[in-house]
Amino acid sequence: MLERIGVRSVDELLTAIPQDARRPKLGLAPGMSEMEVQAHLERLAAMNRTATSGPFFIGGPIQRRYIPAAVPVLALRGEFLTAYTPYQPEVSQGTLQAGFEYQSLMAELLAMDVVNSSMYDGASAMAEAALMAVRLTGRKKVVVSSDVDFVFRRTLRTYARGAELDIHDVPTAHLVATAEGAACLIVQHPDAFGTLVDVKSIGEAAHAAGGLLIQVTEPHALALLEPPGALGADIAVGEGQPLGIPMSYGGPHLGIFACRMALVRQMPGRIAGQTVDADGIRGFVNTLQTREQHIRREKATSNICTNEALAAIHAAIYLSLLGPQGLRAAAQAGVRHAHALAKRLGAIPGCQVANDGAFFDRFTLRTEMGGWALRLALLERSIQVEATASHYVDGKRRGRDDVILQCTELTNDSDMDALVDAVSEITGSRQAVAAR
Amino acid sequence: MSSVPDDLRYSKEHEWVRADGDVATIGITHFAQEQLGDVVFVELPEKGTAVRQFSSLGVVESVKAASDIYAPVSGEILERNVKVIEKPELVNTEPYGDGWMIKVRLANEGELAQLLSPQDYRSHIGETAGAGGD
Amino acid sequence: MTTLRRQPIPDVGASQTKALEPLLFELARPGRAGRHVRDEGTADIPTQFRRTAPLELPELTEPQVVRHYTHLAQLNYAVDTGMYPLGSCTMKYNPKINDRTASLFADLHPRQSYQTTQGVLALAYELEQMLAKITGMDFVTLQPAAGAQSELTALLMFKAYHAKRGEAAQRRRVIVPDSAHGTNPASAAMCGYQVTTVRSDARGNVDLEALKGTLGPDVAGFMLTNPNTLGLFEERVREVCAAVHDAGGLVYGDGANMNALLGVARPGDLGFDCVHINVHKTFSTPHGAGGPGAGPLCVKALLRPFLPKPWIVREADGTYHYDTAREDRDPEPVGDSIGSIKQRLGNFGVLVRAYTYMKTLGEDGLAETGRDAVLAANYLLALVRDRYDVAYDRTPMHEFVLSAAKQKKQGASALDIAKALLDEGFHSPTVYFPLIVPEALMVEPTETEPKETLDAFAAALVRIADQVARDPAAVRDAPKNTPLRHLDEVGAARRPVLRWQRPT
Repeated sequence: MLERIGVRSVDELLTAIPQDARRPKLGLAPGMSEMEVQAHLERLAAMNRTATSGPFFIGGPIQRRYIPAAVPVLALRGEFLTAYTPYQPEVSQGTLQAGFEYQSLMAELLAMDVVNSSMYDGASAMAEAALMAVRLTGRKKVVVSSDVDFVFRRTLRTYARGAELDIHDVPTAHLVATAEGAACLIVQHPDAFGTLVDVKSIGEAAHAAGGLLIQVTEPHALALLEPPGALGADIAVGEGQPLGIPMSYGGPHLGIFACRMALVRQMPGRIAGQTVDADGIRGFVNTLQTREQHIRREKATSNICTNEALAAIHAAIYLSLLGPQGLRAAAQAGVRHAHALAKRLGAIPGCQVANDGAFFDRFTLRTEMGGWALRLALLERSIQVEATASHYVDGKRRGRDDVILQCTELTNDSDMDALVDAVSEITGSRQAVAAR
Repeated sequence: MSSVPDDLRYSKEHEWVRADGDVATIGITHFAQEQLGDVVFVELPEKGTAVRQFSSLGVVESVKAASDIYAPVSGEILERNVKVIEKPELVNTEPYGDGWMIKVRLANEGELAQLLSPQDYRSHIGETAGAGGD
Repeated sequence: MTTLRRQPIPDVGASQTKALEPLLFELARPGRAGRHVRDEGTADIPTQFRRTAPLELPELTEPQVVRHYTHLAQLNYAVDTGMYPLGSCTMKYNPKINDRTASLFADLHPRQSYQTTQGVLALAYELEQMLAKITGMDFVTLQPAAGAQSELTALLMFKAYHAKRGEAAQRRRVIVPDSAHGTNPASAAMCGYQVTTVRSDARGNVDLEALKGTLGPDVAGFMLTNPNTLGLFEERVREVCAAVHDAGGLVYGDGANMNALLGVARPGDLGFDCVHINVHKTFSTPHGAGGPGAGPLCVKALLRPFLPKPWIVREADGTYHYDTAREDRDPEPVGDSIGSIKQRLGNFGVLVRAYTYMKTLGEDGLAETGRDAVLAANYLLALVRDRYDVAYDRTPMHEFVLSAAKQKKQGASALDIAKALLDEGFHSPTVYFPLIVPEALMVEPTETEPKETLDAFAAALVRIADQVARDPAAVRDAPKNTPLRHLDEVGAARRPVLRWQRPT
């Protein structure tokens, strides 16, 4: 090969590089065989305690749910896994049709007109939705409910530094009163704490003030709850991970992004569209690409390029395996478990369910010892829960010091028994100590 | 159809103007539509909008390119061509006819003099007189 | 790629539509379902919240779903099926071990305590160290989900850096070369910056004099890909960086082409203040038909205070936790940090794959990677350069840009050649990018293609060039052997159909 190039060594090809910077020592360990690497990673993995290793009630946007066996088998086929963005539609119909089907399934679930082919995650989807509302209205005031998940709100704050947005973080009950002059009102339903929210009236207030309604949602809830499209949402976003995608300590996941058709020209991200080929056979292409960075550059609707297409394929396979019945069944199981658990925990002396109203498949539990202390005491008993003490944004914490308990179809009786026993014991022994 | 009709004035950004009294009809040139390729989308301002000469007026897009339309003259928008929004291909097939974009009430007829004559526009796009499109 | 051709089905969905594969919705029949989740009965939802909108998801059996997605997969070209020489995309082979090790970390929630995720933190900490060593930088954040999000992260940090020095209001401009990826100006715009484009010189470098001419006290930073998108190493990279620094600006390294520099040179030694890594290019994680990726950002010490939070801390006893205090709280980022761009450790499942690849290669393997990539590109160029114009006649690094200007005159464009390559069984190179090369064909073979494949690909390119000279119409007619040919993109954009609609 060198001879054909006309050089004697590879080094002769590297002379443009400053000599003192060429071929540095990196200071890394030498390579390993595959067998050794597998063993090394197994050792690291063994240092973790997985969600399945004990009672597990952590949730929020990212949820431990049952993943049908066929989902990874199909989605991780090499033809999907190792393909690039479908720049040549003639040899990418698998990706493009799967993407179109994902858009169609998600549009049906959300009752929205148009869904893009994915964003990085729910949090960045919400931040991009706010930026889109700012472009559409020419306003910089963004009002977000402080009952929206804290990771979503933190990401919004970070993105907002760039566009220098004026973010108002107010409780859901105050959204309507803050609508004046806002580009959008952002509300989550069910909210970060599981509470069901009257989205419609908030949307009416947003529209009356000339702004947009952005609803953050989660896919399983949509099987049972009125969808964003029926509640007046102009843009709907959410985390799609619960649709057959592993939790993987936070990613890769799936940012769901949907909007009304009239707004599609300001939508970020790729979109697959239907067309025909030269022989009149139906096919699919990336379309409306002039919104995107590779064409519009600094005038693009977003800088997003790489997305989460493979996660969208996971979600589409998951939805087609479960169908409407299966999705309802999974969602109902989470709700039933959460309500049964809330009833039992609420009956323990000194414990109360602290949601502001009806809740879906997660709820907050208030105890005299506080959520943070309870979380740590439960962790010692190998029970993993989340505390609202994490939910700080802008120096303020929404909710008091409670724990949040997420249930899904994977929550089982023995896990719930273990949690109830542990909470009784921990709060009871504390009361006993206090009594002494 | 000539690719640079003699009865119009032109901008360096490839818009044409047809003045009739104080009403100017504006579109993009044959050369511009050819450079863009198949036009798939046209965005135009609403009636009543005031535009300033050489400021951005709207957008015309093909599959792989997006191009701003600049106002060759200042004035108030009297009408936008709804047909061209519904059928963007008119920009390709009839750039000087049904593919027109907006009508403006001229704020300053003197601005027309700042635009290119057909002859100047031909040399601007490197076309020799009468040589046709490409 | 004749194996991809399938006969279209004449009539799917009873609508006289010819298609290669029906849509899920067309395959569905009411009442079909699998039994993946036990149905335990209804849940009590207050009436005013209940779904009244129809939920018409397709109803299918599992075998239908399996065949459908298997058929769709078979319509795709992928690295696993053949050479994928997309320039600036680094479509190298994705080792299968990476997917298996990633699955070991699948059942972990990002809101778990540090106490239950010591393996995660140990891996991430070591990955940060390795990336710092490879890039010659001091600190690393693993949060950004992709290259573009990493660009945004870095520019937000630039903004915070200038704000800290009281110069945020004055530094409103970011400069990018005319050869830059579209993400660079788009990220700058998202960060509220105005974008100035600086031209390339006759050798394909940033035009240093032009750059100096536009630098000033209003410049926040300069974004540079090196090797640039022409596949050329910036010959005066240190002078370029010094000029930006002299003007008080910061230099962003776009790491899209980092594969060329693995073991060859380190951005930290060349004057960059930071560089992002596309692990889905450089470190072999699969592209997933468009994503996911991961875009760690490696920075010099001066930018550390602004890094996203939380940071991983290693204690003397070998345990790990986040800097947001030992007691495991996760309060919001404080101090000079820009906040968080993606929860905790970003796309961790992708990062495990990259870590696995890096551990497998080690110092010795990584040192050879960049050199092998450069060798492959130069060899391929030598085989085809007498048939095509070369955009800049210099020794390229890991990729090169041809111009089909000559062929265009003969009657076939870069796009026609790209489609003809599909008929030859290869994926096309990147076409019409970078924007500064007419009829660009940007070819990146990567180090994982054997010599025989490079020879076969070169032979195809030569055959196509010869055919363009002889019979350009035949090349314009390509592709003929692909599942579909010449899709109507104009029609798709003029009358968008973006979701399936129930036939009425």
